[in-house]
Amino acid sequence: MITAHALARSFRTKAGPVDAVRGVDLEVKPGEIVGLLGPNGAGKTTTLRMLTTLLMPTSGSATVAGFDLVSQPRDVRRNIGYVAQVGAAPSAGTLVGEELITQARLQGLSKPDAAARLAEVAPQLDLGGLEKRALLELSGGQRRRFDIALGLMHSPRLVFLDEPTAGLDPQSRANLWAHIRALREEAGVTILLTTHYLDEADALADRILVMDGGRIIADDTPEALKARISGDVVVLTLAGANPGNMARAVEAAGRAVAARDIATENNEVRVTVDDGGVAVAPLLRAIDTAGLTLSTVTVTRPSLDDVFLTLTGHSLREGPDGAPLHVATTSA
Amino acid sequence: MFTETFVIFQRQMRILLRNPVWVFFGLTQPILYLVLFGPLLKGVTGGGLGGNNSWKIFVPGLLLQLAIFGAGFAGFGIIQELREGVIDRQRVTPARRMSLIFGRTLGNMVTIGVQSAVLVVVALPFGLRASWDGIVSSVVMVCILAIGVSAASYAMGLILKDEDAFAPFIQGVSLPLLLLSGVLLPMSLAPGWLRHTSQVNPLTHVVDATRALFRGDFGDNNVWIGGVITIALGALLAWWGTRTFQRQSA
Repeated sequence: MITAHALARSFRTKAGPVDAVRGVDLEVKPGEIVGLLGPNGAGKTTTLRMLTTLLMPTSGSATVAGFDLVSQPRDVRRNIGYVAQVGAAPSAGTLVGEELITQARLQGLSKPDAAARLAEVAPQLDLGGLEKRALLELSGGQRRRFDIALGLMHSPRLVFLDEPTAGLDPQSRANLWAHIRALREEAGVTILLTTHYLDEADALADRILVMDGGRIIADDTPEALKARISGDVVVLTLAGANPGNMARAVEAAGRAVAARDIATENNEVRVTVDDGGVAVAPLLRAIDTAGLTLSTVTVTRPSLDDVFLTLTGHSLREGPDGAPLHVATTSA
Repeated sequence: MFTETFVIFQRQMRILLRNPVWVFFGLTQPILYLVLFGPLLKGVTGGGLGGNNSWKIFVPGLLLQLAIFGAGFAGFGIIQELREGVIDRQRVTPARRMSLIFGRTLGNMVTIGVQSAVLVVVALPFGLRASWDGIVSSVVMVCILAIGVSAASYAMGLILKDEDAFAPFIQGVSLPLLLLSGVLLPMSLAPGWLRHTSQVNPLTHVVDATRALFRGDFGDNNVWIGGVITIALGALLAWWGTRTFQRQSA
Protein backbone atom coordinates (compact mmCIF):
# COMPACT_ATOMS: atom_id res chain seq x y z
CA MET A 1 0.00 0.00 0.00
CA ILE A 2 2.93 2.30 0.71
CA THR A 3 6.46 1.86 -0.59
CA ALA A 4 8.95 4.62 0.13
CA HIS A 5 12.59 4.69 -0.86
CA ALA A 6 15.18 7.12 0.48
CA LEU A 7 12.54 9.71 1.26
CA ALA A 8 14.20 12.84 2.59
CA ARG A 9 13.24 16.36 3.42
CA SER A 10 15.31 19.28 4.56
CA PHE A 11 14.08 22.72 5.50
CA ARG A 12 15.82 26.02 5.16
CA THR A 13 15.62 27.88 8.44
CA LYS A 14 17.22 31.01 9.83
CA ALA A 15 19.63 28.75 11.70
CA GLY A 16 20.68 26.93 8.55
CA PRO A 17 19.34 23.83 6.78
CA VAL A 18 17.52 21.32 8.96
CA ASP A 19 17.38 17.70 7.81
CA ALA A 20 14.05 16.69 9.23
CA VAL A 21 13.93 13.37 7.39
CA ARG A 22 17.14 11.70 6.24
CA GLY A 23 16.48 8.90 3.83
CA VAL A 24 13.53 6.84 5.02
CA ASP A 25 12.68 3.47 3.48
CA LEU A 26 9.40 2.01 4.51
CA GLU A 27 6.80 -0.43 3.38
CA VAL A 28 3.22 -0.88 4.50
CA LYS A 29 1.14 -3.79 3.25
CA PRO A 30 -2.62 -3.62 2.71
CA GLY A 31 -4.60 -4.19 5.88
CA GLU A 32 -1.69 -3.47 8.21
CA ILE A 33 -1.70 -1.03 11.10
CA VAL A 34 1.80 0.41 11.24
CA GLY A 35 2.98 2.75 13.96
CA LEU A 36 5.66 5.38 13.50
CA LEU A 37 7.03 5.86 16.99
CA GLY A 38 9.48 8.48 18.10
CA PRO A 39 9.97 11.58 20.21
CA ASN A 40 8.91 15.06 19.15
CA GLY A 41 11.23 16.28 16.43
CA ALA A 42 12.03 12.81 15.12
CA GLY A 43 10.54 13.60 11.72
CA LYS A 44 7.30 11.61 12.01
CA THR A 45 4.93 14.39 11.00
CA THR A 46 7.22 15.49 8.19
CA THR A 47 7.30 11.93 6.87
CA LEU A 48 3.53 11.73 7.06
CA ARG A 49 3.08 15.05 5.31
CA MET A 50 5.31 13.91 2.49
CA LEU A 51 3.38 10.66 2.08
CA THR A 52 0.09 12.58 1.98
CA THR A 53 1.34 14.99 -0.73
CA LEU A 54 1.23 17.99 1.59
CA LEU A 55 4.98 18.42 1.38
CA MET A 56 7.35 17.74 -1.50
CA PRO A 57 10.24 15.44 -0.67
CA THR A 58 13.66 16.97 -1.17
CA SER A 59 14.74 13.61 -2.56
CA GLY A 60 13.60 10.02 -2.73
CA SER A 61 10.44 8.47 -4.08
CA ALA A 62 7.32 6.75 -2.88
CA THR A 63 4.29 4.91 -4.15
CA VAL A 64 1.17 5.48 -2.07
CA ALA A 65 -2.06 3.54 -2.68
CA GLY A 66 -0.63 2.47 -6.01
CA PHE A 67 0.22 5.92 -7.32
CA ASP A 68 3.50 7.77 -7.55
CA LEU A 69 3.76 10.45 -4.92
CA VAL A 70 5.38 13.16 -7.00
CA SER A 71 3.83 12.64 -10.43
CA GLN A 72 0.32 11.54 -9.46
CA PRO A 73 -0.58 13.54 -6.35
CA ARG A 74 -4.27 13.95 -7.15
CA ASP A 75 -4.73 10.19 -7.53
CA VAL A 76 -2.93 9.66 -4.25
CA ARG A 77 -5.25 12.17 -2.56
CA ARG A 78 -8.35 10.42 -3.86
CA ASN A 79 -7.30 7.21 -2.18
CA ILE A 80 -6.03 8.37 1.17
CA GLY A 81 -7.47 9.93 4.28
CA TYR A 82 -5.35 12.19 6.44
CA VAL A 83 -6.04 13.13 10.03
CA ALA A 84 -3.67 15.88 11.13
CA GLN A 85 -2.52 16.64 14.64
CA VAL A 86 -4.98 18.57 16.73
CA GLY A 87 -5.17 22.12 15.39
CA ALA A 88 -6.23 25.46 16.81
CA ALA A 89 -9.81 26.00 17.94
CA PRO A 90 -12.19 26.02 14.98
CA SER A 91 -13.84 29.21 13.67
CA ALA A 92 -17.23 30.11 14.97
CA GLY A 93 -19.98 29.26 12.55
CA THR A 94 -18.66 25.87 11.43
CA LEU A 95 -20.98 22.92 11.97
CA VAL A 96 -20.07 19.24 12.14
CA GLY A 97 -22.37 17.97 9.40
CA GLU A 98 -21.60 20.81 7.01
CA GLU A 99 -17.85 20.46 7.34
CA LEU A 100 -18.06 16.72 6.75
CA ILE A 101 -20.19 17.24 3.65
CA THR A 102 -17.83 19.94 2.36
CA GLN A 103 -14.96 17.51 2.79
CA ALA A 104 -16.82 14.77 0.94
CA ARG A 105 -17.71 17.11 -1.92
CA LEU A 106 -14.13 18.30 -2.26
CA GLN A 107 -13.20 14.64 -2.54
CA GLY A 108 -15.53 14.45 -5.52
CA LEU A 109 -18.70 12.99 -4.03
CA SER A 110 -21.99 14.35 -5.29
CA LYS A 111 -24.33 16.14 -2.88
CA PRO A 112 -26.61 13.11 -2.35
CA ASP A 113 -23.65 10.72 -2.03
CA ALA A 114 -22.05 13.01 0.52
CA ALA A 115 -25.25 13.15 2.57
CA ALA A 116 -25.58 9.36 2.44
CA ARG A 117 -21.98 8.91 3.49
CA LEU A 118 -22.49 11.30 6.41
CA ALA A 119 -25.39 9.16 7.59
CA GLU A 120 -23.07 6.11 7.50
CA VAL A 121 -19.94 7.57 9.03
CA ALA A 122 -21.42 9.63 11.85
CA PRO A 123 -22.86 6.71 13.84
CA GLN A 124 -19.71 4.61 13.17
CA LEU A 125 -17.70 7.22 15.05
CA ASP A 126 -20.30 7.99 17.73
CA LEU A 127 -21.08 11.33 16.13
CA GLY A 128 -24.70 10.53 15.38
CA GLY A 129 -26.94 13.41 16.38
CA LEU A 130 -24.10 15.95 16.42
CA GLU A 131 -24.49 17.06 12.80
CA LYS A 132 -25.93 20.44 13.70
CA ARG A 133 -23.49 21.03 16.55
CA ALA A 134 -20.89 23.79 16.20
CA LEU A 135 -17.32 22.50 16.07
CA LEU A 136 -16.43 24.88 18.85
CA GLU A 137 -18.79 23.07 21.19
CA LEU A 138 -17.30 19.59 20.77
CA SER A 139 -15.36 17.92 23.55
CA GLY A 140 -11.78 16.82 22.89
CA GLY A 141 -12.80 13.25 22.17
CA GLN A 142 -15.65 14.31 19.89
CA ARG A 143 -13.37 16.71 18.03
CA ARG A 144 -10.84 13.97 17.40
CA ARG A 145 -13.54 11.61 16.15
CA PHE A 146 -14.77 14.40 13.89
CA ASP A 147 -11.22 14.81 12.54
CA ILE A 148 -11.12 11.09 11.78
CA ALA A 149 -14.55 11.25 10.13
CA LEU A 150 -13.19 13.98 7.86
CA GLY A 151 -10.56 11.56 6.66
CA LEU A 152 -13.05 8.75 6.06
CA MET A 153 -15.85 10.48 4.14
CA HIS A 154 -14.60 9.21 0.79
CA SER A 155 -14.00 5.64 2.04
CA PRO A 156 -10.24 5.61 1.46
CA ARG A 157 -8.30 2.33 1.60
CA LEU A 158 -5.43 3.99 3.40
CA VAL A 159 -5.62 6.36 6.33
CA PHE A 160 -2.86 8.40 7.95
CA LEU A 161 -3.32 9.39 11.60
CA ASP A 162 -0.96 11.93 13.13
CA GLU A 163 -0.86 11.60 16.91
CA PRO A 164 -4.49 10.49 17.06
CA THR A 165 -4.94 10.55 20.82
CA ALA A 166 -2.60 13.35 21.88
CA GLY A 167 -4.19 15.41 24.62
CA LEU A 168 -7.12 13.08 25.28
CA ASP A 169 -8.18 11.67 28.63
CA PRO A 170 -7.63 7.92 29.17
CA GLN A 171 -11.26 7.01 28.48
CA SER A 172 -11.35 8.90 25.19
CA ARG A 173 -8.03 7.35 24.25
CA ALA A 174 -9.29 3.82 24.82
CA ASN A 175 -12.48 4.68 22.97
CA LEU A 176 -10.55 6.04 20.00
CA TRP A 177 -8.30 2.98 19.94
CA ALA A 178 -11.41 0.82 19.62
CA HIS A 179 -12.58 2.91 16.67
CA ILE A 180 -9.19 2.70 14.99
CA ARG A 181 -9.11 -1.07 15.40
CA ALA A 182 -12.64 -1.30 14.02
CA LEU A 183 -11.55 0.56 10.90
CA ARG A 184 -9.18 -2.25 10.07
CA GLU A 185 -11.33 -5.11 11.34
CA GLU A 186 -14.56 -4.05 9.67
CA ALA A 187 -13.46 -2.05 6.66
CA GLY A 188 -10.03 -3.48 5.95
CA VAL A 189 -8.50 -0.01 5.99
CA THR A 190 -4.70 0.19 6.06
CA ILE A 191 -3.49 2.57 8.73
CA LEU A 192 -0.22 4.40 9.27
CA LEU A 193 -0.20 6.29 12.53
CA THR A 194 2.41 8.36 14.30
CA THR A 195 2.65 8.56 18.03
CA HIS A 196 4.99 9.28 20.88
CA TYR A 197 2.89 7.16 23.22
CA LEU A 198 4.55 3.80 23.72
CA ASP A 199 1.40 2.11 24.94
CA GLU A 200 -0.49 3.30 21.87
CA ALA A 201 2.05 1.81 19.48
CA ASP A 202 2.10 -1.36 21.50
CA ALA A 203 -1.68 -1.63 21.64
CA LEU A 204 -2.57 -0.77 18.05
CA ALA A 205 0.30 -1.53 15.71
CA ASP A 206 1.07 -4.79 13.96
CA ARG A 207 4.47 -3.33 13.26
CA ILE A 208 6.38 -0.44 14.72
CA LEU A 209 8.86 1.78 12.91
CA VAL A 210 11.00 3.52 15.48
CA MET A 211 12.09 6.92 14.27
CA ASP A 212 14.76 9.17 15.71
CA GLY A 213 16.61 12.13 14.27
CA GLY A 214 15.02 11.75 10.85
CA ARG A 215 15.87 8.09 10.41
CA ILE A 216 14.09 4.80 10.97
CA ILE A 217 16.21 2.91 13.43
CA ALA A 218 14.05 -0.18 13.90
CA ASP A 219 11.24 -1.90 12.06
CA ASP A 220 9.61 -4.82 13.79
CA THR A 221 6.58 -6.11 15.65
CA PRO A 222 6.15 -4.85 19.21
CA GLU A 223 6.88 -8.35 20.56
CA ALA A 224 10.02 -8.78 18.47
CA LEU A 225 11.30 -5.37 19.50
CA LYS A 226 10.79 -6.20 23.15
CA ALA A 227 12.36 -9.61 22.59
CA ARG A 228 15.48 -7.89 21.28
CA ILE A 229 15.89 -6.65 24.77
CA SER A 230 14.59 -10.01 25.86
CA GLY A 231 14.16 -10.86 29.45
CA ASP A 232 13.61 -8.74 32.50
CA VAL A 233 15.30 -5.55 33.50
CA VAL A 234 16.57 -5.23 37.03
CA VAL A 235 16.77 -1.54 37.85
CA LEU A 236 19.20 -0.69 40.63
CA THR A 237 18.96 2.88 41.88
CA LEU A 238 22.14 3.94 43.57
CA ALA A 239 22.12 6.22 46.56
CA GLY A 240 24.73 8.97 46.28
CA ALA A 241 25.58 8.18 42.71
CA ASN A 242 28.63 9.66 41.05
CA PRO A 243 30.50 8.56 37.92
CA GLY A 244 32.95 6.52 40.01
CA ASN A 245 30.20 4.68 41.91
CA MET A 246 28.26 4.09 38.77
CA ALA A 247 31.24 2.58 37.00
CA ARG A 248 31.90 0.26 39.94
CA ALA A 249 28.23 -0.73 40.05
CA VAL A 250 28.27 -1.58 36.36
CA GLU A 251 31.40 -3.63 36.77
CA ALA A 252 30.02 -5.45 39.79
CA ALA A 253 26.77 -6.25 38.03
CA GLY A 254 28.64 -7.57 35.00
CA ARG A 255 30.61 -9.97 37.16
CA ALA A 256 27.59 -11.12 39.14
CA VAL A 257 25.23 -12.24 36.39
CA ALA A 258 25.21 -13.13 32.72
CA ALA A 259 23.64 -9.89 31.57
CA ARG A 260 22.38 -9.35 28.04
CA ASP A 261 22.84 -5.64 28.44
CA ILE A 262 23.83 -3.15 31.11
CA ALA A 263 22.81 0.47 30.64
CA THR A 264 22.92 3.49 32.89
CA GLU A 265 20.59 6.45 33.15
CA ASN A 266 21.08 9.16 35.75
CA ASN A 267 21.52 7.18 38.99
CA GLU A 268 20.02 3.92 37.67
CA VAL A 269 21.81 0.82 36.52
CA ARG A 270 19.55 -1.19 34.25
CA VAL A 271 20.65 -4.81 33.96
CA THR A 272 18.88 -6.87 31.33
CA VAL A 273 18.83 -10.56 32.19
CA ASP A 274 16.89 -13.62 31.17
CA ASP A 275 15.15 -14.00 34.51
CA GLY A 276 14.94 -11.08 36.90
CA GLY A 277 13.86 -13.16 39.87
CA VAL A 278 16.99 -15.32 39.64
CA ALA A 279 19.32 -12.37 39.04
CA VAL A 280 18.27 -10.14 41.91
CA ALA A 281 20.07 -12.01 44.68
CA PRO A 282 23.54 -12.19 43.02
CA LEU A 283 23.24 -8.56 41.96
CA LEU A 284 22.40 -7.32 45.43
CA ARG A 285 25.28 -9.29 46.89
CA ALA A 286 27.71 -7.91 44.30
CA ILE A 287 26.64 -4.33 44.87
CA ASP A 288 26.95 -4.80 48.62
CA THR A 289 30.41 -6.35 48.25
CA ALA A 290 31.50 -3.39 46.17
CA GLY A 291 30.61 -1.17 49.10
CA LEU A 292 27.80 0.64 47.36
CA THR A 293 24.34 1.51 48.68
CA LEU A 294 21.13 1.00 46.81
CA SER A 295 18.05 3.10 47.40
CA THR A 296 15.64 0.95 45.36
CA VAL A 297 15.55 -2.26 43.36
CA THR A 298 12.90 -2.94 40.75
CA VAL A 299 12.36 -5.87 38.42
CA THR A 300 10.43 -4.88 35.31
CA ARG A 301 9.25 -6.56 32.17
CA PRO A 302 10.70 -4.65 29.24
CA SER A 303 8.77 -1.73 27.80
CA LEU A 304 9.31 0.04 24.55
CA ASP A 305 11.06 2.79 26.44
CA ASP A 306 13.75 0.23 27.18
CA VAL A 307 13.78 -0.63 23.48
CA PHE A 308 14.36 3.00 22.72
CA LEU A 309 17.14 3.35 25.22
CA THR A 310 18.91 0.35 23.77
CA LEU A 311 18.44 1.42 20.19
CA THR A 312 19.38 5.05 20.50
CA GLY A 313 21.43 5.36 23.66
CA HIS A 314 18.97 7.84 25.07
CA SER A 315 15.50 7.24 26.39
CA LEU A 316 12.32 8.72 24.95
CA ARG A 317 12.34 11.06 27.91
CA GLU A 318 15.56 12.67 26.71
CA GLY A 319 16.50 14.30 23.46
CA PRO A 320 19.53 13.09 21.52
CA ASP A 321 21.84 15.35 23.52
CA GLY A 322 20.61 13.95 26.83
CA ALA A 323 18.56 16.99 27.76
CA PRO A 324 15.15 16.10 29.20
CA LEU A 325 12.15 16.25 26.90
CA HIS A 326 8.60 16.60 28.06
CA VAL A 327 6.71 13.52 26.99
CA ALA A 328 3.39 12.05 28.13
CA THR A 329 3.79 9.55 30.93
CA THR A 330 3.30 5.95 29.90
CA SER A 331 2.72 2.70 31.71
CA ALA A 332 5.76 0.44 31.72
CA MET B 1 -13.61 22.92 -10.86
CA PHE B 2 -16.74 25.02 -10.65
CA THR B 3 -18.31 22.63 -8.17
CA GLU B 4 -15.22 22.74 -6.01
CA THR B 5 -15.09 26.54 -6.17
CA PHE B 6 -18.75 26.75 -5.30
CA VAL B 7 -18.38 24.35 -2.36
CA ILE B 8 -15.60 26.54 -0.93
CA PHE B 9 -17.57 29.70 -1.67
CA GLN B 10 -20.62 28.29 0.09
CA ARG B 11 -18.55 27.42 3.14
CA GLN B 12 -17.01 30.91 3.35
CA MET B 13 -20.37 32.63 2.97
CA ARG B 14 -22.04 30.41 5.58
CA ILE B 15 -19.35 31.18 8.12
CA LEU B 16 -19.56 34.89 7.29
CA LEU B 17 -23.34 35.04 7.52
CA ARG B 18 -23.19 33.38 10.92
CA ASN B 19 -20.73 36.02 12.10
CA PRO B 20 -22.00 39.15 10.37
CA VAL B 21 -20.11 41.38 12.76
CA TRP B 22 -17.13 41.04 10.41
CA VAL B 23 -19.14 42.52 7.55
CA PHE B 24 -19.98 45.57 9.62
CA PHE B 25 -16.47 45.79 10.98
CA GLY B 26 -15.08 46.17 7.47
CA LEU B 27 -17.48 49.01 6.87
CA THR B 28 -16.67 51.05 9.96
CA GLN B 29 -13.60 52.79 8.62
CA PRO B 30 -15.10 53.99 5.35
CA ILE B 31 -18.35 55.02 7.05
CA LEU B 32 -16.44 56.99 9.68
CA TYR B 33 -14.55 58.80 6.94
CA LEU B 34 -17.81 59.40 5.11
CA VAL B 35 -19.65 60.82 8.09
CA LEU B 36 -16.89 62.63 9.94
CA PHE B 37 -14.51 63.71 7.17
CA GLY B 38 -16.63 63.86 4.02
CA PRO B 39 -18.76 66.85 5.00
CA LEU B 40 -15.63 68.98 5.40
CA LEU B 41 -14.95 68.61 1.71
CA LYS B 42 -18.11 70.45 0.84
CA GLY B 43 -16.49 73.64 2.06
CA VAL B 44 -13.28 73.08 0.11
CA THR B 45 -12.68 74.39 -3.39
CA GLY B 46 -10.14 73.42 -6.01
CA GLY B 47 -9.58 70.11 -7.79
CA GLY B 48 -13.27 69.90 -8.66
CA LEU B 49 -14.39 69.96 -5.04
CA GLY B 50 -17.12 72.14 -3.61
CA GLY B 51 -20.68 71.58 -2.50
CA ASN B 52 -22.24 68.24 -3.32
CA ASN B 53 -19.72 67.64 -6.11
CA SER B 54 -17.28 66.71 -3.41
CA TRP B 55 -19.18 63.47 -2.84
CA LYS B 56 -18.69 62.45 -6.45
CA ILE B 57 -14.97 62.77 -5.85
CA PHE B 58 -14.79 61.39 -2.32
CA VAL B 59 -17.03 58.30 -2.44
CA PRO B 60 -15.04 56.56 -5.22
CA GLY B 61 -12.00 56.93 -2.99
CA LEU B 62 -13.89 55.29 -0.17
CA LEU B 63 -14.86 52.40 -2.43
CA LEU B 64 -11.21 51.78 -3.19
CA GLN B 65 -10.33 52.03 0.47
CA LEU B 66 -13.02 49.43 1.21
CA ALA B 67 -11.67 47.09 -1.44
CA ILE B 68 -8.00 47.43 -0.53
CA PHE B 69 -8.46 47.03 3.20
CA GLY B 70 -11.22 44.47 2.93
CA ALA B 71 -9.45 42.29 0.39
CA GLY B 72 -6.03 43.05 1.77
CA PHE B 73 -6.95 41.70 5.18
CA ALA B 74 -8.14 38.40 3.73
CA GLY B 75 -4.73 36.96 4.55
CA PHE B 76 -5.50 37.07 8.26
CA GLY B 77 -8.36 34.66 7.66
CA ILE B 78 -6.21 32.14 5.88
CA ILE B 79 -3.53 32.27 8.56
CA GLN B 80 -6.17 31.32 11.08
CA GLU B 81 -7.48 28.56 8.82
CA LEU B 82 -3.94 27.28 8.45
CA ARG B 83 -3.72 26.93 12.22
CA GLU B 84 -7.08 25.20 12.48
CA GLY B 85 -6.01 22.59 9.95
CA VAL B 86 -8.66 23.64 7.43
CA ILE B 87 -6.13 24.38 4.68
CA ASP B 88 -4.40 21.02 5.11
CA ARG B 89 -7.60 19.03 4.99
CA GLN B 90 -8.70 20.85 1.86
CA ARG B 91 -5.30 20.44 0.23
CA VAL B 92 -5.27 16.72 0.88
CA THR B 93 -8.28 16.32 -1.43
CA PRO B 94 -8.02 16.11 -5.22
CA ALA B 95 -9.64 19.59 -5.40
CA ARG B 96 -7.71 21.92 -7.66
CA ARG B 97 -5.66 24.54 -5.84
CA MET B 98 -7.29 27.16 -8.03
CA SER B 99 -10.72 26.24 -6.68
CA LEU B 100 -9.46 26.53 -3.11
CA ILE B 101 -8.36 30.09 -3.71
CA PHE B 102 -11.14 31.21 -6.04
CA GLY B 103 -13.92 30.01 -3.75
CA ARG B 104 -12.43 32.27 -1.12
CA THR B 105 -11.78 35.30 -3.34
CA LEU B 106 -15.33 35.06 -4.65
CA GLY B 107 -16.54 35.25 -1.07
CA ASN B 108 -14.43 38.35 -0.51
CA MET B 109 -15.77 39.88 -3.70
CA VAL B 110 -19.39 39.35 -2.73
CA THR B 111 -18.76 40.83 0.70
CA ILE B 112 -17.10 43.90 -0.76
CA GLY B 113 -19.88 44.28 -3.29
CA VAL B 114 -22.47 44.31 -0.53
CA GLN B 115 -20.43 46.67 1.61
CA SER B 116 -20.02 49.02 -1.37
CA ALA B 117 -23.75 49.11 -1.88
CA VAL B 118 -24.27 49.97 1.78
CA LEU B 119 -21.65 52.72 1.56
CA VAL B 120 -23.31 54.30 -1.46
CA VAL B 121 -26.73 54.16 0.18
CA VAL B 122 -25.38 55.83 3.31
CA ALA B 123 -23.78 58.56 1.18
CA LEU B 124 -27.06 59.44 -0.51
CA PRO B 125 -28.62 61.43 2.35
CA PHE B 126 -25.31 63.27 2.74
CA GLY B 127 -25.68 64.64 -0.77
CA LEU B 128 -24.19 62.12 -3.20
CA ARG B 129 -25.76 62.65 -6.63
CA ALA B 130 -23.97 60.55 -9.19
CA SER B 131 -24.71 58.66 -12.37
CA TRP B 132 -26.27 55.32 -11.40
CA ASP B 133 -24.63 53.49 -14.28
CA GLY B 134 -21.38 55.01 -13.15
CA ILE B 135 -21.88 53.86 -9.59
CA VAL B 136 -22.66 50.30 -10.64
CA SER B 137 -19.69 50.16 -13.04
CA SER B 138 -17.42 51.50 -10.32
CA VAL B 139 -18.57 48.87 -7.86
CA VAL B 140 -17.96 46.20 -10.49
CA MET B 141 -14.48 47.57 -11.14
CA VAL B 142 -13.68 47.64 -7.47
CA CYS B 143 -14.94 44.05 -7.08
CA ILE B 144 -12.68 42.84 -9.88
CA LEU B 145 -9.74 44.51 -8.20
CA ALA B 146 -10.77 42.89 -4.93
CA ILE B 147 -10.47 39.44 -6.47
CA GLY B 148 -6.84 40.06 -7.33
CA VAL B 149 -5.99 41.79 -4.07
CA SER B 150 -7.53 39.07 -1.92
CA ALA B 151 -5.77 36.36 -3.94
CA ALA B 152 -2.46 38.11 -3.33
CA SER B 153 -3.36 38.56 0.32
CA TYR B 154 -4.08 34.84 0.69
CA ALA B 155 -0.78 34.06 -0.98
CA MET B 156 1.13 36.35 1.38
CA GLY B 157 -0.73 34.85 4.31
CA LEU B 158 0.38 31.36 3.26
CA ILE B 159 3.94 32.52 2.84
CA LEU B 160 4.20 34.46 6.11
CA LYS B 161 2.02 32.04 8.13
CA ASP B 162 1.86 34.37 11.12
CA GLU B 163 -0.15 37.47 12.03
CA ASP B 164 2.88 39.16 13.57
CA ALA B 165 4.63 39.01 10.20
CA PHE B 166 1.57 39.61 8.08
CA ALA B 167 0.14 42.67 9.86
CA PRO B 168 3.12 44.98 9.31
CA PHE B 169 3.33 43.79 5.75
CA ILE B 170 -0.25 44.61 4.86
CA GLN B 171 -0.27 47.90 6.76
CA GLY B 172 3.02 48.90 5.21
CA VAL B 173 1.74 48.26 1.71
CA SER B 174 -1.86 49.38 1.76
CA LEU B 175 -1.73 52.78 3.42
CA PRO B 176 1.01 54.32 1.26
CA LEU B 177 -0.59 52.93 -1.89
CA LEU B 178 -3.98 54.34 -0.93
CA LEU B 179 -2.75 57.78 0.05
CA LEU B 180 -0.65 57.92 -3.09
CA SER B 181 -3.69 57.23 -5.24
CA GLY B 182 -5.55 60.29 -4.07
CA VAL B 183 -8.38 58.61 -2.16
CA LEU B 184 -8.91 61.47 0.28
CA LEU B 185 -8.33 64.43 -1.99
CA PRO B 186 -7.74 64.47 -5.73
CA MET B 187 -4.13 64.38 -6.88
CA SER B 188 -4.70 67.42 -9.05
CA LEU B 189 -4.18 69.39 -5.86
CA ALA B 190 -0.76 67.85 -5.36
CA PRO B 191 2.60 69.45 -6.07
CA GLY B 192 4.35 68.21 -9.21
CA TRP B 193 6.59 65.62 -7.59
CA LEU B 194 3.72 63.96 -5.75
CA ARG B 195 1.45 64.01 -8.76
CA HIS B 196 4.08 62.36 -10.95
CA THR B 197 4.82 59.72 -8.34
CA SER B 198 1.13 58.90 -8.06
CA GLN B 199 0.96 58.23 -11.79
CA VAL B 200 3.16 55.19 -11.30
CA ASN B 201 0.68 53.76 -8.80
CA PRO B 202 -1.89 51.59 -10.61
CA LEU B 203 -4.48 52.39 -7.93
CA THR B 204 -4.39 56.07 -8.96
CA HIS B 205 -5.79 55.13 -12.33
CA VAL B 206 -8.51 53.03 -10.73
CA VAL B 207 -9.55 56.01 -8.61
CA ASP B 208 -9.49 58.33 -11.62
CA ALA B 209 -11.62 55.88 -13.57
CA THR B 210 -14.23 55.55 -10.84
CA ARG B 211 -14.37 59.32 -10.39
CA ALA B 212 -15.03 59.72 -14.11
CA LEU B 213 -17.69 57.02 -13.92
CA PHE B 214 -19.41 58.74 -11.00
CA ARG B 215 -19.57 61.87 -13.14
CA GLY B 216 -21.23 59.77 -15.82
CA ASP B 217 -18.32 60.44 -18.17
CA PHE B 218 -18.04 56.99 -19.77
CA GLY B 219 -15.96 58.19 -22.67
CA ASP B 220 -13.23 59.64 -20.51
CA ASN B 221 -9.76 58.21 -21.19
CA ASN B 222 -9.32 57.55 -17.51
CA VAL B 223 -12.14 55.03 -17.63
CA TRP B 224 -10.38 52.93 -20.26
CA ILE B 225 -6.99 53.22 -18.66
CA GLY B 226 -8.39 52.42 -15.23
CA GLY B 227 -10.48 49.57 -16.58
CA VAL B 228 -7.57 47.90 -18.33
CA ILE B 229 -5.32 48.36 -15.34
CA THR B 230 -7.97 46.93 -13.01
CA ILE B 231 -8.39 43.83 -15.13
CA ALA B 232 -4.66 43.41 -15.70
CA LEU B 233 -3.77 43.94 -12.06
CA GLY B 234 -6.60 41.72 -10.89
CA ALA B 235 -5.54 38.94 -13.25
CA LEU B 236 -1.85 39.25 -12.40
CA LEU B 237 -2.44 39.12 -8.67
CA ALA B 238 -4.91 36.24 -9.05
CA TRP B 239 -2.38 34.28 -11.10
CA TRP B 240 0.40 34.92 -8.63
CA GLY B 241 -1.88 34.05 -5.71
CA THR B 242 -2.87 30.72 -7.26
CA ARG B 243 0.70 29.80 -8.10
CA THR B 244 1.79 30.50 -4.55
CA PHE B 245 -1.11 28.45 -3.21
CA GLN B 246 0.05 25.55 -5.37
CA ARG B 247 3.70 26.00 -4.55
CA GLN B 248 3.03 26.02 -0.83
CA SER B 249 2.71 22.26 -1.27
CA ALA B 250 6.45 22.25 -1.84
